[in-house]
Amino acid sequence: MDFDFSPVWQGWRELAHGALVTVEITIGAIVLGCLVGLAVGLGRLDPKRRVIYAACTAYVGFIRGTPLLVQLFIWFFGLPHFGINLPAFFCGVVGMGMYSGAYVSEIVRGAIQSIDRGQMEAARSLGMPYRVAMREIVIPQAAIRMIPPLGNEFIALIKNSSLVSLLTIADLMHEGQKIISTSYRSLEVYLAIALIYFVLTNLTGLALRGAERRLAAGGLA
Amino acid sequence: MNGEASPIIHARGVTKSFGALAVLKGVDFDCLRQQVSVVIGPSGSGKSTLLRCCNGLEVADGGSIEICGVRLVENGRMLPETELNALRAKVGMVFQAFNLFPHLSVLDNVTIAPRKLLGLARDEAEAAARGLLGKVGLAEKVDAFPAALSGGQKQRVAIARALAMKPQVMLFDEPTSALDPELVGEVLQVMKDLAREGMAMMVVTHEMGFAREVADTVSVMDHGVVLESGPPAQIFDAPQHPRTREFLQAVTLRGTTARVNRSEAGMAG
Repeated sequence: MDFDFSPVWQGWRELAHGALVTVEITIGAIVLGCLVGLAVGLGRLDPKRRVIYAACTAYVGFIRGTPLLVQLFIWFFGLPHFGINLPAFFCGVVGMGMYSGAYVSEIVRGAIQSIDRGQMEAARSLGMPYRVAMREIVIPQAAIRMIPPLGNEFIALIKNSSLVSLLTIADLMHEGQKIISTSYRSLEVYLAIALIYFVLTNLTGLALRGAERRLAAGGLA
Repeated sequence: MNGEASPIIHARGVTKSFGALAVLKGVDFDCLRQQVSVVIGPSGSGKSTLLRCCNGLEVADGGSIEICGVRLVENGRMLPETELNALRAKVGMVFQAFNLFPHLSVLDNVTIAPRKLLGLARDEAEAAARGLLGKVGLAEKVDAFPAALSGGQKQRVAIARALAMKPQVMLFDEPTSALDPELVGEVLQVMKDLAREGMAMMVVTHEMGFAREVADTVSVMDHGVVLESGPPAQIFDAPQHPRTREFLQAVTLRGTTARVNRSEAGMAG
C-alpha cells in the first residue's frame, strides 16, 4: 500500500478556505440556533399558553422527525418553486440553524425546568414580574447547566455541516471532494479532512469547558 | 386610613384544594398591623398553604383575602398580574428552604429587587443593603456567595432580602425548620428584633417558645381549619379545643419541636 499525501499539501489553500467556510456556516447556525432555541424553549414551558406551545411543539416535532439533509434540500431546492431563490450559503446557515434550534430548545427547556421551583417563587414574591424573574434569576442559573449539552450540540453541528457541501457550498467537505476528483487520492484526502474536523470539534469542546469553569468560578457551582 | 388595630391580612372563608385533597376548608385569619400572628399545627394541617395563599403563590379557590388594604383574591379570582406584582413588593416572604439566589453574592441577593423593581441606583441600593445585612449580623458576609453560608446565615440574608423592599408585612413559612438546632436561635433573634420594631408578621412555625414569647395571636390549625386562636397564654395554658390539647401535648413530648418535621420538610408545601 502506498500513501501519497501530496494532493493534500498542494491543495492546502483550498482545504483551509473550505475549513473557514465550514466555521462560518457553523457559527452562523449556532447563533441562529441559539436564538431560535431560546425562544422555542421558553415557548414550551407553559402548555396553558396553547397557541405558542402548540406552534413550538410542532416545530420541534417536524425538525427532529425529518432528516437534516431533506430539510436542507427543501430550503435549497424546494423554495425556488415558490419563486423564493435564496443563496446557497444562506440556505446552509438557515437550514442548519433551524435544525439546531429544535435541539437547543430542548436543552433550554430542560435546564430551566431543572432549576428549583423555589427560585421562581422567591423572585415572584419579591414582586418581580415573570419576565424579570426569568431574566435575572432563572435563566442565569439555567445557563451553566446548558453548557455541557450545548457542547454536544455544537460539535454535532460542526460535523453535520459537511452536508451543506451538497448545496454547492464550498465548505471543507466540498473542497476535499474537488481535490479527490482530480487526484483520485480519496483515502488521504478524507483522512486530512477528518483530522481538520477533529481539531475543530475538540477546540470547541475545550472552549466550552473553559466557559463552564469561568461561570462556576462566579459562584454558580 | 387604617388605624393601628386594623388588619393588614384579612382572610375570610379561604378554601383550597389540590386535586381531590381539600387542604383549606374555610379559614378565617387576621393579622393586625404591628402585630405578630403565629400559626401552629400538625404537618399537613394547611398552615403553609394558608400563608402561601396570602401572597398569591397559591390561588385560594374560595373565600377572600385582603392584604395591605388590597383585595388579593376573591372566589378564586386573583388580582391582575401588574397589581399583584406591586402588592407582592409590599409583602415580604421568607421560605423554609431560604431560596437565596445562588448565582448572586449576598449583597446582590439583597439589592436585586430594589434595583430592578424600585429603580434604585446601585450605590443607593447597596448602602441600604449593607445597613440591613448589618442589622441581621452579616455585615462581613456581603461579598460571599450563598453556597459559603451556614443555614442560619442564609436565612438571615433571606430576611434582609425581603426587608430590602420595605414591606408592610412579612410572611415566614417555617423559617427555622430546615436549620440545624444550634442555628435556630440566631434566626429567631432577628425575627424577635423585627417584631419589636413593630413589623407586622405572619409566622408559620413549630417553635412553641417563639410563639409563646413573641406572638400577639396564636392560631391553631388542623385538617384545613382553624381550631382556635387567641393570645399565647390562652392557647398554651388553657386550650379550648381537645385537638389543640393533643397537639400541644405531642409537641411537648417530642421536646425540641422545631426539628420534628425536618424529614418531611421538602414536601410540606
